[in-house]
Amino acid sequence: MATFFGEVVPVFSRAVDDDDEEEEEEVTEENEEDLAIRRELERQREVHVSWNSEISPSVETSNVKRFPCSHFVLAVGHNAAGFLSTYVLNSGRWEVAGSAKVWNERCTKSNPRPGSLSTDSSCVFYRMVSDPTILVCQCTSHVAEDQQFQWCEKVFSCMEKTHLKVTVLSTCPVASYKTTESVFTLPVPFLKALSTMEFTQETSCSRLEQPNIVDGLPAAVLSYCQVWQIPAVLYQCYTDAIKLDSITIDAFRPVLSHQNLCSFSTETSNSEEILKKIVTSEEIQSNLYT
Amino acid sequence: MFVPCAGLPPPQLRGCTLTLPAVSVGNVGQLAVDLIISTLKMVKVGYFHTDCLVPMAGSDPYADLGANSKLSINAEVYLLPDKKLAVLQIRSPLIKNKAKSFRQALISWIKRSEFAQVILLSSSHAYQRDDQQLLGTPFRYLLTPAMQSCAGNAMHELHWKEMEKVVPYPGVNETEKRIIIPGGGITKSLYSDSCAEGIHMAVLLKFCSEGDNILDAFGLVNYLNEWLQLVDQSSGDSTATSTKWKIPNSWRLLFGSGLPPALF
Repeated sequence: MATFFGEVVPVFSRAVDDDDEEEEEEVTEENEEDLAIRRELERQREVHVSWNSEISPSVETSNVKRFPCSHFVLAVGHNAAGFLSTYVLNSGRWEVAGSAKVWNERCTKSNPRPGSLSTDSSCVFYRMVSDPTILVCQCTSHVAEDQQFQWCEKVFSCMEKTHLKVTVLSTCPVASYKTTESVFTLPVPFLKALSTMEFTQETSCSRLEQPNIVDGLPAAVLSYCQVWQIPAVLYQCYTDAIKLDSITIDAFRPVLSHQNLCSFSTETSNSEEILKKIVTSEEIQSNLYT
Repeated sequence: MFVPCAGLPPPQLRGCTLTLPAVSVGNVGQLAVDLIISTLKMVKVGYFHTDCLVPMAGSDPYADLGANSKLSINAEVYLLPDKKLAVLQIRSPLIKNKAKSFRQALISWIKRSEFAQVILLSSSHAYQRDDQQLLGTPFRYLLTPAMQSCAGNAMHELHWKEMEKVVPYPGVNETEKRIIIPGGGITKSLYSDSCAEGIHMAVLLKFCSEGDNILDAFGLVNYLNEWLQLVDQSSGDSTATSTKWKIPNSWRLLFGSGLPPALF
């Protein structure tokens, strides 16, 4: 756009990307090579979900191709995953049940090998040894916008959904919370809940008010559950810490009293110790003054 | 893919008018659709479940403040059986490179549901108008050939202006003229698809710039109302026309949270 003084300034739109429109028109003239590159990129960005050998046969052989699941707890991000490690995976015995692998522009590691199963994957599923229908997932990697829908489709397609209940834990910067007051006056971190129609229980905290919205993988999971009538609740923790932080992890504690989780999570005496270990292991030790 | 709401039978969409926004400059179409749903108290009947839109979730945007509201997601279908009006609200942008599959999904749903007509509410960059478009009203319409036969006269009686064809390369080739809708998102391509598929579609759009686009939304919804008479037309006074539409509660805090008191 040219201003009054004749300078040409670019115009940005929050709603549309002009590149997209140009691309649209050019796509018909695209040659074979471009198409091949595009297909290869799409293939790389596919989500790969693999289950361990005990689950895989039941997924493959049973008629419905699903394994029974009563609770699914998903932790998105390092703080929520840290909470699961401290208060859930710490009580009772858990085994690795599978993993989901995604590759996108934010991944620093090389491309995933489809079919390989390792615990160092950034999205790991655990199931309880005493009750294998309880499944938890720690997802610490970035799942890109175009992969979130597919992630839900692939993960939920393997689960028996009749008695399924879903709990999602996630964090979000408090700066993106909208309120009539100033966000500086808010006591951070705090929890907000958002649930699907089928979720009839009381939530552990107040509901996320409009016009606040959630996005990313938690939104994709909630949308999936809303559309397919699965009771699900999201606990979103608004925090001012960007890194792994013990205060933020502790903010999720009201969720423990919630009936979806209390059956398999307990606050043990060594929780604090584990929490300390998790937080310090992530810290980059400064050697400036030593 | 259309999925009806829990516990509801598939809604009767046959013969209805479908109104939907194009995610376009200033989100004008989406805001206008919000006004329609909120004013006419339309009932949610289903979801347009697709991988082409960015996922989002929030509380019901049309519920009263403090009400125990239900979950709302990125693409939902609302219905008003009395007026045979269906609305698809789209609340998030399209994922890159998914525009084509989104259009295909939309077109096949429109055909399967047997909508009588489709109205696409859109907007276009005001700064890219050519000389003829700068004159007069900022509103334009476009009809597909199938729609021309049944709505062409109505547009003529309303003295509406059709979207002009413009020269895409001025100074190079002045003879070739095309319809260009810069900043209109999928407007142009969905219109072209609908022409090819014989769908009864009208595109209503406003030239605008990004910013506070609430007034643009009122303008566009009033423009639509001139034709469809969804709400009573009050006097020509512009302030009176804007009050007949109900602004949803979720439009609060459009420009962020309150300011820190220490500032003052």
